[in-house]
Amino acid sequence: MRVTRTSQAAKVAAIFGALLLIVLIVAPWWAGRADMRLMGEIFLYLALASLWNLMAGYAGLVSVGQQAYVGFGGYMLFALTIFVGFSPVVAIAGAGVLGALISVPVALLIFRLRGAYFAIGTWVIAEVFRLSFAQMSALGGGSGSSLPVKIVRSMADGRAAREALSYWLALGVVVCVILAVYLFLRSRQGLALTAIRDNELAASSLGIDIWRTKFVVYVVASALTAMVGALIFLQKLRISPDAAFSVNDWTAFVIFIVVIGGIGTIEGPIIGTLLFFALRETLADLGTVYLMVLGVVAILVMLRAPKGVWGLIRARFGLELFPLSFHVKQTLDKKGT
Amino acid sequence: MADPLLQITGLDAHYNDFQALYGVDMHLDEGEVLAIIGSNGAGKTTLMRSISGLMTNGAAQLQYRGQPIGSLRADQVAGLGIALVPEGRQLFPSLSVEENLLIGGRLGRTGPWSLQTVFDLFPILEERRTVPSTSLSGGQQQMVAIGRALMANPVLILFDEISLGLAPVVIKSIYNALPNIVGKGMSAMIVEQDISKALSVSNRVYCLQEGRVSLEGASQGISRESISHAYFGIK
Amino acid sequence: MDWVNAIVQGTLLGGLYALFAAGLSLIFGVMRLVNIAHGDLIIFSAYLGLTVVMATGLHPLLALIIAVPAMAAIGYALQRGILNHTLGDDLLPPLLVTFGLSVILQNGLLEVYTADPQKMDAGVLETASFSIGDLQLGVLPVLTFGVAVAVIASLQWVFYRTAMGRAFRAVSDNQEIAQLMGLNRRHIFGLAMALALAVTAVAGILLGIRTSFDPSVGGGRLIFGFEAVIIGGLGNLWGTLAGGVILGVAQTIGAKIDPGWQILAGHIAFLIVLAIRPQGLFPRISG
Repeated sequence: MRVTRTSQAAKVAAIFGALLLIVLIVAPWWAGRADMRLMGEIFLYLALASLWNLMAGYAGLVSVGQQAYVGFGGYMLFALTIFVGFSPVVAIAGAGVLGALISVPVALLIFRLRGAYFAIGTWVIAEVFRLSFAQMSALGGGSGSSLPVKIVRSMADGRAAREALSYWLALGVVVCVILAVYLFLRSRQGLALTAIRDNELAASSLGIDIWRTKFVVYVVASALTAMVGALIFLQKLRISPDAAFSVNDWTAFVIFIVVIGGIGTIEGPIIGTLLFFALRETLADLGTVYLMVLGVVAILVMLRAPKGVWGLIRARFGLELFPLSFHVKQTLDKKGT
Repeated sequence: MADPLLQITGLDAHYNDFQALYGVDMHLDEGEVLAIIGSNGAGKTTLMRSISGLMTNGAAQLQYRGQPIGSLRADQVAGLGIALVPEGRQLFPSLSVEENLLIGGRLGRTGPWSLQTVFDLFPILEERRTVPSTSLSGGQQQMVAIGRALMANPVLILFDEISLGLAPVVIKSIYNALPNIVGKGMSAMIVEQDISKALSVSNRVYCLQEGRVSLEGASQGISRESISHAYFGIK
Repeated sequence: MDWVNAIVQGTLLGGLYALFAAGLSLIFGVMRLVNIAHGDLIIFSAYLGLTVVMATGLHPLLALIIAVPAMAAIGYALQRGILNHTLGDDLLPPLLVTFGLSVILQNGLLEVYTADPQKMDAGVLETASFSIGDLQLGVLPVLTFGVAVAVIASLQWVFYRTAMGRAFRAVSDNQEIAQLMGLNRRHIFGLAMALALAVTAVAGILLGIRTSFDPSVGGGRLIFGFEAVIIGGLGNLWGTLAGGVILGVAQTIGAKIDPGWQILAGHIAFLIVLAIRPQGLFPRISG
């Protein structure tokens, strides 16, 4: 007998994933402009969902305020390119660093709250960010500002090249995020996180520093969320406080994606994002009714199938595409017994 | 021969994957006092939780006055006149002594027990009636827990390990009060670690061992040897 | 004198915030549930009041006669139908379900009433005022504060002087053992939510008379209520009133410095309390 992490399904998924990645990388040569924009949007939502899932599904930090970092990242992109003269790509990284820095004092404050009060606390922080940025006239105040044309042009020569670059950045970010989440969960810290999720008291009695683990997760997730935010507003070319810190766009949709896809698994957000976009493309009219439908579905999923669509699949077929858990495998000896 | 008040037939009880009771058969006649003894983990508290409805079991496995009650909720069982003095007292910390007693009587069944008669039984409680219940000593809390169950004027009262954690002198005074309770025609089941105390107040005794009944007999005249064997599972 | 006036107005505003918070505090106290849709339910009550006024021509305050029992019934149904199924050890289900409810409510109101701001007309009440010394006090704010005090006093009375209040406290202490007293916890929770939404109805209608509202402002009311609860301390209704007053005063002083700073000043006051006294000013239970 041996203890292993991989399985047949995981190996197949890895090969399939690699092939898919190659296809996606060469997309600028086979996909139309609209398709590339859509895929870019999918990648960014998937990144946001994976990060929210890491915080909520693994670290137990349920935030309804991640829009704080999406907007913060967007504003930092604008500030760093316009006032400091960074190139957009460098500014995206800079937004991540700044996101990490500001998340530290935020975490120190809101970690004093627990459970649902923590959640609302994150919302308050997002509101503070929104109201503060609305006061900054240098960045357009309440009505926002547009990204100057010369900065946009500096990204690459020609519109096709710029759109390809935007697309690759989005693809790069989501691959990095998923890889980072996966590697983190495979590491010792990740194991500690899963232990905390399953039983906090038992975990702390094993010497796991719960507060620090959650703190690290919060800072890393917020920094990466800020980077995604920077990329989002690089593509939108315009930013305003209401758009940057919108609860609907950056939190409601993300939460529904993760809940319906399957919280606490890496595969869940992937399934959720695909379902979400499939639904959006088929339901031609966006907006209120669509949001209500999402809300009803999310409630039903939470009450009846709390592990989401992936949870149902996993329970039924025992599948795990991202090998995380350990299995005991019977090995055959030479005689085949 | 009247039907038993409580008839237990083939009672099974599970905590998720773990089975705690295996096919327990027991009966209690009206007015009887049963002692339930057994070592830790034998299933005594599980039995109390099953009867009081805190755990659900097969409906017909528990019959009360001929009615199947095994799958009823605890609040429904309480409405039928079964009261439990839970293991560890479990008073309501937000309620005062008096409020704990009052809430015990909220179903409003008629009978000999009222706030005043409970205070007559345990005078110290009257002195401390407005005090938060959990600031009392262990023995006094036990009195409140017993009083709370009595206030329901139950037909059947269940005592789960009332001597646990109490000093011997306190245990003695509580057991001295017991005849006053069960003497009034109330039926009772007493789960006890202290075997001699259990035998001294009961008519019959059951011994549980690893979830099964290992001994049944009249409390008077049962031999120490047969109890030890049944208690520890020695054949 | 201007500053004194600001503090007084802020105190009266605090009464409204305490009303927002009272229902939230009650529910958390009884069943450890934080309802993210709470703010949207306040706004829903305001729309309910508006509809009653438009349909019957009643004065908004009289609409309370219909709105309060209606919201209580809705609360009972909501709790027994949906929220009871989310209660347990896991904190995700109640949070995510109430979040989903919030989104459904907001968008449902948007569909039915559109995004146009609405307001209920209370006639003379809105502008009437009286003076105490140099202070000019509006009748409506004073009335609102008085209602807040009365509501909190009534809730305290229910909790500490009635059998239902004993039941609430017992179930909140120990759900399991409370059943032994014949208490059906699903019913008790339903009653608690009914009571909370009845208070919410009062808050919603007083809000709807005082300012204009639209489907999107629910989140802001939840945050004000939440801040009042945290500042005041968990599990203490009078603390919640104090929290509301502090929040109201912080906001009006902030507005005096710069009108755009009003809400931000409130958030800052909340963050300061969180930083130096995270358990709140008068806590009775821990989070």
